[in-house]
Amino acid sequence: MDLLQFARGPALTWAATVFVFGITWRLVGILLLQRSPDFSEARNATSWLGAIKLIVTRSWPRREFRQRTLFAQSVGYIFHIGLVIIVFGFAPHILFFKALTGLVWPNLPSAVINLTSAITLAALIVVLVRRLSHPVLRLLSNFDDYFSWLVTFAPVATGMLTVAHFGARYETLLAIHILSVALLLVWFPFGKLMHSALVFISRGTTGALFERKGASI
Amino acid sequence: MNEPDTLGAGLAHSGVSRRSFLKFCTVMASLMALPPGAAQAMAAALSQAKRQSVIWLSFQECTGCVESLTRSFDPTLEQMIFEMISLDYQETLQAAAGEAAESARDEAMKSSYGKYLLIVDGSIPTKDGGVYSTVAGVSNHDRLIDAARGAAAIVAVGTCSSYGGIPHANPNPTGAVSVSDIIKDKPIMNVPGCPPIPSVIAGTLAYFVTYGKLPELDHIGRPKVFYADTIHDRCYRRPFYDQGKFAKTFDDEGARNGWCLYELGCKGPTTYNACATIKWNGGVSYPIESGHGCLGCSEPNFWDKGSFYRPLSTPLADNAHIIAAGTLGGIAAGAVAAGLSRKHQTHIGEEK
Repeated sequence: MDLLQFARGPALTWAATVFVFGITWRLVGILLLQRSPDFSEARNATSWLGAIKLIVTRSWPRREFRQRTLFAQSVGYIFHIGLVIIVFGFAPHILFFKALTGLVWPNLPSAVINLTSAITLAALIVVLVRRLSHPVLRLLSNFDDYFSWLVTFAPVATGMLTVAHFGARYETLLAIHILSVALLLVWFPFGKLMHSALVFISRGTTGALFERKGASI
Repeated sequence: MNEPDTLGAGLAHSGVSRRSFLKFCTVMASLMALPPGAAQAMAAALSQAKRQSVIWLSFQECTGCVESLTRSFDPTLEQMIFEMISLDYQETLQAAAGEAAESARDEAMKSSYGKYLLIVDGSIPTKDGGVYSTVAGVSNHDRLIDAARGAAAIVAVGTCSSYGGIPHANPNPTGAVSVSDIIKDKPIMNVPGCPPIPSVIAGTLAYFVTYGKLPELDHIGRPKVFYADTIHDRCYRRPFYDQGKFAKTFDDEGARNGWCLYELGCKGPTTYNACATIKWNGGVSYPIESGHGCLGCSEPNFWDKGSFYRPLSTPLADNAHIIAAGTLGGIAAGAVAAGLSRKHQTHIGEEK
């Protein structure tokens, strides 16, 4: 078994299994938690509208803090949107999802993916530099932050090298790229990357609570 | 009848003109990316060279490699090869049979000891004492060791002799191995492919006869001149890959327009061979040009690398059941964790 066979075979299978196990474990564990009884009288009949509203409003810089948060939020949006385009728009990735789920959709031109990858990579480097240079952020950062950054950065970087056939033989680059994705999948449910699912649950819960209490969202 | 002593004399004897001979040398030098002056050097060396004694052993194989060589588009090339070498033993091509053939081989091995080139096609079965393939009662394993002893070099023609090939595929019932798994003390060149391109076989033989040594090899023993690039690197459909245009089925509009076959499982990006440049049938076409993805036949273990029609970016096998088990396990673990938490909360509430 060569490296590519290992990457496409056992590595990917077990990484995907750990990924779905971890995701479902954490989501089910959180969703089934006992909620504290609220004896106050509800000020609004429904709370789901507040949940959606808060998810939207908290995803946008507040006017009062816009000056201070605009840069960080912009860079954050750039690499998040970039990652979505790369993961769901590149033809070989769509084939990967097709093999797993049977779902298929049209791919974007490779030039768009290449440009997006370069921008995403640059944005990821910017957020790392900011984290290392900002005194408060640096103080707040721990292993989880840096490792989560690394397992996000590595698939983008190795993916670009693979497409460009640069630095090593294609099969080696492809194997390293798939292994970096496997590492991402394994780490995803247990580190801060899980925010991609939990962010909606936490904001939605807060929004629902605010709506019930009649607080401004 | 006395055979001409040198290749030059032999070719002249056969009516091959100087112009044809130079043309052949130029083609060979060009195929192997040798410098411009190499064609002249090759012509000079070949015309003075003695015919190279070659012993060709066929083991656990389908004869496709010999078919490839003999059914080459350009007979002139093959004629050159057969007049350049003294093919002293080849079971498929020789007229002699039985003890006469065996004694011819033994005689050639004896008279050219230490000088002959040993060509092998087919893998070597090693299980149960190698009984799964024998010739004249001698196992392939023993025959190879005996013939390799007096060889100047060995050329493993085809994927079977190079890496085990199809007989080596899981579960490998005969314990098939490659030549280099058995012979460790001789220079070995692998010319893989199922079958290899005739011009690649001819080119590597011409190089050995000209320079008296094997050409530069890659990390798995293949001549770099033919196996340095992937099929994908040299594929005429590559621009469509770069543009993200892929055929979805073998007869859709994309396929008819010559779009990339990556999505249909083409192994061109991971396969090193000269198919896309030299092509087959005298340069007419190659599998991708004929509408089918590359199978990766010149790579080790190509038969065990998943379906030919599964794209390279997808998992090797269908693992839905394992992932489904992981999902169910996660749901169960989450439910148990939440249940324990609820129990703990109830316990705290009772204490209050």
